[in-house]
Amino acid sequence: MTTLRELPAGSAAKVIRVHGDGVVSKRLMEMGVIPGTEIRMIKSAPFGDPMQVRILGYSLALRRNEAASIEIAAMLTSRV
Amino acid sequence: MDPASLTIALAGNPNAGKTTLFNALTGLKQKVANYPGVTVERKIGLWDVNGTSARLIDLPGLYSLETTSIDEKIAGDVLLGKIDGIDRPDVVVAVVDATNLERNLYLVTQILEYGIPVVVALTMIDVFEKQKHEIDVSRLSESLGINVVPIDAKTGRGTDALGDAVSTAKGGPPVRPIDFANEAVDDGNSKIFSRYKFISDAIQDSVRHNDRDAHRVSDKIDSILTHKFFGLLILIAVLLLIFQTIFTWATVPMDLLDAGFGSLGDAVRTGMPEGILTDLIVDGIIAGVGGVLVFLPQILLLFLFISVLEDSGYMARAAFLMDRLMSRIGLHGKAFLPLISSFACAIPGIMATRTIENQRDRFATIMIAPFMSCSARLPVYTLMIAAFFAGQTVLGFISLGAVLMLAMYALGIFFAVIVAFILKRTVLKAPPPPFIMELPPYRMPNVRTVMTNMIERSWMFVKRAGTVILAISIILWALMYFPRTEGTSDAFTRSTDGTAQAVTLAESDQLRNSFAGQLGRVIEPVIQPLGFDWKIGVALIASFAAREVLVSTLSIIYNVGKDANEESETLISAIRNEKRDDGTPVWTPLTALTLMVFFVLAMQCMSTVAVVRRETNSWRWPIFMVVYMTALAYFAAFLTYQGGKILGIGA
Repeated sequence: MTTLRELPAGSAAKVIRVHGDGVVSKRLMEMGVIPGTEIRMIKSAPFGDPMQVRILGYSLALRRNEAASIEIAAMLTSRV
Repeated sequence: MDPASLTIALAGNPNAGKTTLFNALTGLKQKVANYPGVTVERKIGLWDVNGTSARLIDLPGLYSLETTSIDEKIAGDVLLGKIDGIDRPDVVVAVVDATNLERNLYLVTQILEYGIPVVVALTMIDVFEKQKHEIDVSRLSESLGINVVPIDAKTGRGTDALGDAVSTAKGGPPVRPIDFANEAVDDGNSKIFSRYKFISDAIQDSVRHNDRDAHRVSDKIDSILTHKFFGLLILIAVLLLIFQTIFTWATVPMDLLDAGFGSLGDAVRTGMPEGILTDLIVDGIIAGVGGVLVFLPQILLLFLFISVLEDSGYMARAAFLMDRLMSRIGLHGKAFLPLISSFACAIPGIMATRTIENQRDRFATIMIAPFMSCSARLPVYTLMIAAFFAGQTVLGFISLGAVLMLAMYALGIFFAVIVAFILKRTVLKAPPPPFIMELPPYRMPNVRTVMTNMIERSWMFVKRAGTVILAISIILWALMYFPRTEGTSDAFTRSTDGTAQAVTLAESDQLRNSFAGQLGRVIEPVIQPLGFDWKIGVALIASFAAREVLVSTLSIIYNVGKDANEESETLISAIRNEKRDDGTPVWTPLTALTLMVFFVLAMQCMSTVAVVRRETNSWRWPIFMVVYMTALAYFAAFLTYQGGKILGIGA
């Protein structure tokens, strides 16, 4: 399983699903991290964590831990 | 508040422009309080909707209405009419940021489930169109099934149309709640998916993105401000700039205020007959409350900076930059803002922890907030530096005073980190909180929002001065005023002839024999290992009400008159020349350093204690705070003094 955690800076991918069933996964989905949505890794913070991604046209910061619960699939072209 | 025939709730995502719109609609007719039993801010204003007075409730900034945080629960209760004293809203105005349409509309889909008429106030449309996107507002309205009104809150453009839409929605047919539940698939998330599906269908025909790369400006700014190296450097520079400004600009109005309270005291003393009542009013109330209000310019300036940082979008970047460090000690990046606020005053800082959702994380943040060197410590640091470290430099060009000042801030932060680390692994054990935070696009701060924010927060500080500080000032005044020393009143009589020396001598005799003076002697054996004598002890006791009181108490006890401030040459030389019975100086640079260390760590602020009591809803936490901080301060001061003596520093 590839997760958002492994996505290199500057690349985009498609969200497959958010794993887990707690508050965190629910909050992620409410923020727009839902299957089929494009997500682009922008960069990591200076100390390596958290990371900045772009989804639904806005910037979201999340920790690598949380990113590891987001399953993604690589995509060839991106519009994000 | 006047009786209003309409109740309207204002809802929206954080950063959507909700506060700006609220201010534009209500002007200065707003009232801030708390929801009963919780510490969520309740902001209500009056809005004139086409001649009808409407009560406008500003809900907390929300991404969702599910009940995971206290803010979301309160907002839901307001929409259900479950809050005492607030009618169920007739109409909800949902503030939606056009540049972030899909996610902003998510909250709207949730509000639609409540069956209350909704009007969308579409903000940032100018920014959106500048990015070469196109939006067909009437088509969006149609597909959402609710009225959408473009708004420019800064200029007030569109607010009349918003009023019309609200009136129409109020008079319209009852709204049938939309149910997004999907019976076919129900894994708990299907509702979220169907809401987003509804949104993407609704905007499909009404929004055209011509230039997807709308983030060029924000990304460019970010490439510097959150840069691996420059980002941190700039964060430090921003903090330095803030402190530098506060130390230089704020002094002018502070001196004016100080002089103002001085003349007020003089006027009262002249206008009233001599006696206990006059002494109480002048020395207890005016001097005590004035002594705290003198810090208002600094507080205002700091809140100005914080509001600008928040409104521009930089504050979120600061949390982004610092989250790794904060999470190392088990705290959330969001704790960074309350902790920074605490550099002005721990009170607003502690109140700002309300944005932290997890209670254990919030309490841990509250417990360490008073370690941030607040502005009340500055007179103490300044006095010590002026008396013993002025004019000295490090490496030939950096002022030693500045280095010491920075060291005191660093010391507080260091202990905050240690304590948070320990708390999060013991009494407040919990896994590190998740960090899911929007990084809003950079924006020019809105003058009105910044000003309102600054004034509201500073008002809390003034209220504190009017309540707790007033009470404590009177108690402390009584401790220093009673029992009366013979001859004191003679000295006051003579003072009208202008013999100031006699007055200050009498004042210091009085203090020596007062309850406070006696207490100072009682604690002398305890503070002797810190290099302090009983006179410093008296000042320490007084400073437990508010730290800056140390300066005026020292002035009285050293016979230089209570009006001396931390830059007063007479006070400084009195401190330098104060001798013990054996002729050795009481104060050495090491004593000064020890006192500064004590002040970094000790919990010497009654109003903070009162606020912690309110914010944690128990006496257990504030008492714990006073005990552990003061114990820590004692040991650190002990180590500083004894260690310094062994190493022969500043002897």
